[in-house]
Amino acid sequence: MSYQLVLRIWRGDSSGGDFVHYEVPADEGEVVLDVVHKTQALFAGDLAVRWNCKAGKCGSCSAEINGVPRLMCMTKLSSLPAGRAVTITPLRTFPVIKDLVTDVSFNYEKARQVPAFSAQPDQPVAPFTMYQEDVERSQEFRKCIECWLCQDTCHVIRDHEENKPHFAGPRFFIRYAELDMHPNDGLDRKKLLQETQGLGYCNITKCCTEVCPEHIKITDNAIIAMKERVVDVKYDPVVKFFGRRRAGREKRGS
Amino acid sequence: MAGVVTLARTCRLAPITLTGLNVGSDALPRQRPHPGNTAAGRSDGRPGPGPAGSARPGRRRGTSHAGSHAMTAVTAERPAGPAKARAAIAPRTLRLDKWWKEPAITATILISFVVYATWAAFKNADYFVRPYLSPFYSPCLASICGHARAGATTVHPPMVGLFGPWWAISPAIIVLIIPLGFRFTCYYYRKAYYRSIWQSPSACAVREPHKGYKGESKFPLIIQNVHRWFFYLGLLLNGILTWDAVEAFHFPRGWGHAGFGTLMLVVNAILLWTYSLSCHSCRHIIGGRLKHFSRHPLRFKLWGVVSKMNTKHMQLAWVSLIFVALTDLYVRLVASGWVTDPRFF
Amino acid sequence: MPAADQETYERHSYDVVVIGAGGAGLRAAIAAHESGARTALICKSLLGKAHTVMAEGGIAAAMANLWPEDNWQVHFRDTMRGGKLLNHWRMAELHAKEAPDRVYELEQWGALFDRTPDGKISQRDFGGHRYARLAHVGDRTGLEMIRTLQQRAVSLGIDVFMELTVTELLKDGGKVSGAFGYWRESGRFVVFEAPAIVLATGGIGKSWRVTSNSWEYTGDGHALALRAGATLLNMEFVQFHPTGMVWPPAVRGLLVTESVRGDGGALLNSEGKRFMFDYIPEFFKAETADSPEEADRWYTDKRNRRPPDLLPRDEVARAINNEVKSGRGSPHGGVFLDIASRRSPEFIKKRLPSMYQQFMELAGVDITKEPMEIAPTCHYVMGGVEVDPDSQMSVVPGLFAAGEVAGGMHGANRLGGNSLSDLLVFGKRAGEHAAEYGAALAGGRPKVSTASAHDAAEIALAPFAHDQGHDNPYSVHQELQAVMQDLVGIIRTEHELRLALDRLVELRAKAAAVAVEGNRQYNPGWHLALDLRNMLVVSESVARAALERQESRGGHTRDDFPMSDPYWATQNVVVELKEGTVSVRRQPLPQPPAELAKLLEEEAH
Repeated sequence: MSYQLVLRIWRGDSSGGDFVHYEVPADEGEVVLDVVHKTQALFAGDLAVRWNCKAGKCGSCSAEINGVPRLMCMTKLSSLPAGRAVTITPLRTFPVIKDLVTDVSFNYEKARQVPAFSAQPDQPVAPFTMYQEDVERSQEFRKCIECWLCQDTCHVIRDHEENKPHFAGPRFFIRYAELDMHPNDGLDRKKLLQETQGLGYCNITKCCTEVCPEHIKITDNAIIAMKERVVDVKYDPVVKFFGRRRAGREKRGS
Repeated sequence: MAGVVTLARTCRLAPITLTGLNVGSDALPRQRPHPGNTAAGRSDGRPGPGPAGSARPGRRRGTSHAGSHAMTAVTAERPAGPAKARAAIAPRTLRLDKWWKEPAITATILISFVVYATWAAFKNADYFVRPYLSPFYSPCLASICGHARAGATTVHPPMVGLFGPWWAISPAIIVLIIPLGFRFTCYYYRKAYYRSIWQSPSACAVREPHKGYKGESKFPLIIQNVHRWFFYLGLLLNGILTWDAVEAFHFPRGWGHAGFGTLMLVVNAILLWTYSLSCHSCRHIIGGRLKHFSRHPLRFKLWGVVSKMNTKHMQLAWVSLIFVALTDLYVRLVASGWVTDPRFF
Repeated sequence: MPAADQETYERHSYDVVVIGAGGAGLRAAIAAHESGARTALICKSLLGKAHTVMAEGGIAAAMANLWPEDNWQVHFRDTMRGGKLLNHWRMAELHAKEAPDRVYELEQWGALFDRTPDGKISQRDFGGHRYARLAHVGDRTGLEMIRTLQQRAVSLGIDVFMELTVTELLKDGGKVSGAFGYWRESGRFVVFEAPAIVLATGGIGKSWRVTSNSWEYTGDGHALALRAGATLLNMEFVQFHPTGMVWPPAVRGLLVTESVRGDGGALLNSEGKRFMFDYIPEFFKAETADSPEEADRWYTDKRNRRPPDLLPRDEVARAINNEVKSGRGSPHGGVFLDIASRRSPEFIKKRLPSMYQQFMELAGVDITKEPMEIAPTCHYVMGGVEVDPDSQMSVVPGLFAAGEVAGGMHGANRLGGNSLSDLLVFGKRAGEHAAEYGAALAGGRPKVSTASAHDAAEIALAPFAHDQGHDNPYSVHQELQAVMQDLVGIIRTEHELRLALDRLVELRAKAAAVAVEGNRQYNPGWHLALDLRNMLVVSESVARAALERQESRGGHTRDDFPMSDPYWATQNVVVELKEGTVSVRRQPLPQPPAELAKLLEEEAH
């Protein structure tokens, strides 16, 4: 069942741009990336778009479809309002390079600032003994495909460019959480996370969780968990008191 | 930035080459010689505001080869394009769905509750009719609770005279701070009112109206971190409200009777417990803070239960909120004689 | 548009340049860096998007965490038998011996594999492996691997050039001296001066229509190596993964992991019959169950023989192909893969989360309730650059290759799970030896001549000069995919291969004249036009090699020569470029020493 679909694609670069309309043949079961490819092949050979696996596994084809940050390869045409033009724009939080391609180097810079995994001194060399229930929490965060949709949708930087230098963003909050919950990681990054990576900027409005194509519970399982862990070390006298006592006991015991 | 720079020293940052540095088309000026030696530096060599510009001077590692060839090698001749801009798209959002609906409903319910609760708290009457005590007024900490006013249907509630006769306004004000504080700092309610009242943001991918944003990183909102304390206090309060629910079986003619009000108080107490125990702080304290679940099997199990409840925290937050208001309303209606409390047994 | 010789190029100098940042490239870069070489890592896409993320099943390594009987000898034997004994024995040996350490290394760098009850790395069953051997993380093992390596590389401070495509290798005399490429973003040219280059560019699958491969798989490394004077080995062996999605058409070819079968899924035809029992070849009879009852017992008790659904991929793909051709296929031209009636929904969601999601979101099929429809899809090329097994250096001094782009390791057919371990084992070796080679050259480093850079630039800019009237690169690419799919697919004949070669000549002419619109700034049409050149030469290599090998073996099935031929069991087909033309020759296969040869003869049980 073929039909004609109207696409409204933003085309341009950092000096400016506008929406261009294309009428493209669409077929049953197709996703937005399919019709974008047809646009390239039929009407606009130089239409810039990033994509790789077309299976929701690599996180390359992020864009905003009808205003919502999504993966083009996982957005079925049938899930969009029928009979209406489909609007596709580049991610709005990052500088545009051309058409649907943006400069996402912000994220690679933030990635570089994460202190790497470092094994605990009592189990320094792999193979490690680790149990399934202990690795599962971090495994959820390692499902991240780095599509940057959470970074794009987060209003802290989407609406406030000036926050970029001191805000790592949801993707990296789950990275910090992953390391903090790793059963054999020996570094404490909590204060770093709160004081220089901007955990406090998050007001847990959950847009990151809403757009995550991997359905990672970013807010509930990572960000709030980390906020609570920060409270442990910074703002909760009760836990602090017991924590210190336990640490003292362990020291005496060993 | 200072923090980030410190970080650079401690974490062995890499001079990654980022595509973002390499701007331009044929129309752009090119070949401005690069003064630095790195693939990652900006062409003008200054650290810039954006991520691309914050690259450190490249540190060369590894063996440096004999001969000048290798040493002078990493001189990138990069085009120095203009500062990059975001795509120029004017509308606040391009969403087609009714994104404003959810915040509108949320705001309506929240505001209605606040209006009702304020009225009920300041009313200072009709909050007790034996054996029912409105949850807004429990525990009654001021001796004013003991006043029976002329013409009022209020009968003396059980009270603790912590606050003497000098406390002249409604005794509800004293205790309401706990449930309100708990709910105000609750992770779910924060989302609800940040979105619906403060519009920060109203919905995902909808531009917020504020110029600046510091979130919960600075005063005043950094105070949200006291949620944990309110959680502890909230548990105490739940204990007292549970006692009230038990007391609601204690009619003037003796123990073991129940009316519709009893049912309301019991359900109210149960809902408040589920709301409190499903809270994120509780989830954290019960087990979330552990690094090794395998070493604490019992807490791991409890954490699993709380985690399940936590996924329903939003629903529990709404249901318990509305129900506590309904309970107060019911007690109020019975106390003021508008409704006769049906007795079950 | 400026003429090529008026342009000055951005220049970089390194000791080792690694092209490709998938598993092999990242591992090679880490190894080179740790060996003290100044290392650059170049990738066509953003970092972390390489094809490795698509790998689902696991990393094969004889760690013996579940089966103490497992060891490198068994793994070696499985690999060789799976490859129909056409593997380079030394690579198979190194691979089997070193894979466990490479897996532990990932754990050391922060990877979190699924665990056994006693806290070790869990291992899963896969086709062709005698014991449960694949370290895995649900069905997203490749993602875990690439993320771990990426994070390691970043923490080491390795220079990464993202979205940069290399179009030509540069040489000085007979030796590699550098590489020439362009930034995708700006279209500006870059020259790398480096005495050692590691190719880690992956495969060639984008030349087929039904493929599990992404756009990047244009055979760049194969083509670069050919043009630099290196040889390719056994290019006729292309693996068609038996289970790719078939419906809806937009997702045709998308991979369905072998773990579905490893975890209990069974193949059924339209009559509901487990047809694989009819396709057990003599070679595997002794170790394969001959009744569904025995097959089902195997999942819990390995003293039983393996289900035929888990035969090596070439066998299963051919069987499915035959069922469909015989009219016993599913509505959309595949067969059924059923796990819904064999495992609980909880089990399926836990073990195969991304498969569940993939079918739910893209096909609207709930795999915990209904069977999947699947058919073979082009997945992997066993053939690749001929390298020294220990150092991974090709016949061109300074040119190394690792991972899918290298040949020899997998013989005629690759076992599932052996790819990820291959990337790690030989990525590390390539990186180390490249660093060592570069260091040994010291002052005598080969030079990059400006003229050779200009030549490369001219070729790269040519499409802009062509008249707009000509074909666009997208349509030529589609034609190429049709040719390879229809004429150089799973089942081949001399007639069709010759037809394919004729068509490839026409397509080469078309490709040489394609016109692109727009300018050099992030222009996918132009990028594809340049990739076409690589795809065409690689496609021709496959077709010529396939024509040369007159037998059926592993990933190469000739309808006109349906049997394996003992003569061909001793021969490699070598492809090289002679004055710009693809030519093939035969070359005797190195034979394993006696103690290893003995392992291959042992009976399965």
